[in-house]
Amino acid sequence: MERVAIEALIKIVILIGGLMTAAAYLVLLERRVAAWIQDRRGPNRVGIPLTRIRMFGLGQPIADGVKFLFKEEVTPAHVDKFLYWLAPMAIFTGAMAIYAVIPFGSVLPASFGLEGEPIRLVVAPGIDVGMIYVFAVSGIAVYGVLLGSWASNNKYSFLGGMRSGAQLVSYELPLGLGLLGVVLMSGSLRLNEIIAAQARSGLWNVLVQPLGFVVFVVAAFAEAERLPFDLPECEQELVGGYHTEYSGIKLMMYLVAEFVHMVTASFLIAILFLGGWHFWGLTGWEENVGWPIALVRIAVLLAKVMALILFFMLARWSWPRFRFDQLMSIAWKVLLPWGMVNVVVVAFWIEYGDRIAAAVGLGNQVLMAVTGLVVLFLSWLVVTRADPTSSDNRPLVVLPSDGPGPAQGERS
Amino acid sequence: MKEADKGIAWVREPELGLAGKSYLLLFVEGLTTTFKHLLGPKQTVESPEQRHEIPDPLLYRGVHRLNRDERGRVKCVACFLCATACPAHCIDIVAAESPWSDRQKYPESFTIDELRCIYCGMCEEACPVDAIELTSLYDLVGKSREEMIFDKEKLLSIYDQTKDAEPMRTRRGDEG
Repeated sequence: MERVAIEALIKIVILIGGLMTAAAYLVLLERRVAAWIQDRRGPNRVGIPLTRIRMFGLGQPIADGVKFLFKEEVTPAHVDKFLYWLAPMAIFTGAMAIYAVIPFGSVLPASFGLEGEPIRLVVAPGIDVGMIYVFAVSGIAVYGVLLGSWASNNKYSFLGGMRSGAQLVSYELPLGLGLLGVVLMSGSLRLNEIIAAQARSGLWNVLVQPLGFVVFVVAAFAEAERLPFDLPECEQELVGGYHTEYSGIKLMMYLVAEFVHMVTASFLIAILFLGGWHFWGLTGWEENVGWPIALVRIAVLLAKVMALILFFMLARWSWPRFRFDQLMSIAWKVLLPWGMVNVVVVAFWIEYGDRIAAAVGLGNQVLMAVTGLVVLFLSWLVVTRADPTSSDNRPLVVLPSDGPGPAQGERS
Repeated sequence: MKEADKGIAWVREPELGLAGKSYLLLFVEGLTTTFKHLLGPKQTVESPEQRHEIPDPLLYRGVHRLNRDERGRVKCVACFLCATACPAHCIDIVAAESPWSDRQKYPESFTIDELRCIYCGMCEEACPVDAIELTSLYDLVGKSREEMIFDKEKLLSIYDQTKDAEPMRTRRGDEG
């Protein structure tokens, strides 16, 4: 018992320290990537204070952090004080608590003179409801946003909060449906087990159910409130969205929580669909491994997460923000049906896959992968033909039929 | 707006084809553009290590200078045309009788408030003897407002600083 507690404490310290540092440096990375994409150079000056050593701007996060800590914290007179304080704490705690069940590697061999089981690289390795816990805790983010916007007593904040509430609640559904296929495949809600199942078969879930992957990734972008789904806080329309009235350390908690959400989304995509720590020919799939393989597995997982985070950053500057009705249409008219189709196809293959594969004479998994691609193509085609996201509700312009314009009664 | 107006050209939105509606083309197009810029050349000039390149220093309107004639005297004849032309009223001239025989007046003091100046170049246009000119110096800094009020000596020293890089633009003979 004692050993479990100490182990968990050490993991928590490593995780929180690592996450906070990572979040700070990811902000720097995001600023520099954004600058490069806009043909600028980005913050490259701050290095060691009082010297001229620059270190490519690696001192910037420290400078930013110190600035946030020492900034005046304004609590406007018109806010609801209790909720105003509670909201950033709620969103921050929720964002961090998710990492209790997210594995950041596979296992470490039991050395350090400890006997017994190998050390699992999750804070709470024994939780059977892993994914449900993730969903439950990430739902708290909605509370942080809604409470913060409501407590701010400000129209713009409130608009941002309402948008956010609608968006987050809507996208929970496709997120869950995208996940459901994965859970069906691996037969477990534990994230370790989901990775292990992919490692054993060597067939990542993205290959088996690409449609589920698309649904999950798009929904994860929306859940992390990243462009092109960052309507809750679109600076151009809502000043700052739900955290307009926040400043100082409370604002920092919001911003860090937002960044941690993105990291969480990357972790989940990597674990659920991209095989977690597994890579063909590098990591193997055995339960108990020596030090080299254990370290390689951590490196592989973190590399995948890093690549996904970079994709998040590139996506931000590649596609414009959706209109709010388009956002809702995508959730309810595109992603939801896609998710259902995916679940049905996966369930069908789990039930009848072996028999069909035996009849055709191909491997079960190869057949599943091919079907997955076909299903992705067909569903995409159907949605493209139906085109549910484009709606033209602009007023009719009635023109004389001889004019050089659209015909009578046509929308222009 | 009158829809029937013949002068209005109505432009139809282009129909999105199947490829356009599928969002795949947009997806690829967006990423391609992003990558092109991610790896492309950067526009930032890393001041102060790098200097901004001014295409034509003779056309640039930066800090003023007071030109000297061939004998090293201030060229200005204190006619007040620049102070009159100045829309920001930043030029202050005190005229006095000239100690030299070839002109009647000369500026005893000539100050320009560089903080009030809007760098429009009207003083340069107005000057009949081409005594005042705008140089291509653009990084003008000071620690106080008083420091930014340039007197005659300062303006003449700017001429000494810049005369080699930017020759005087005399167009009217040697009247000065």
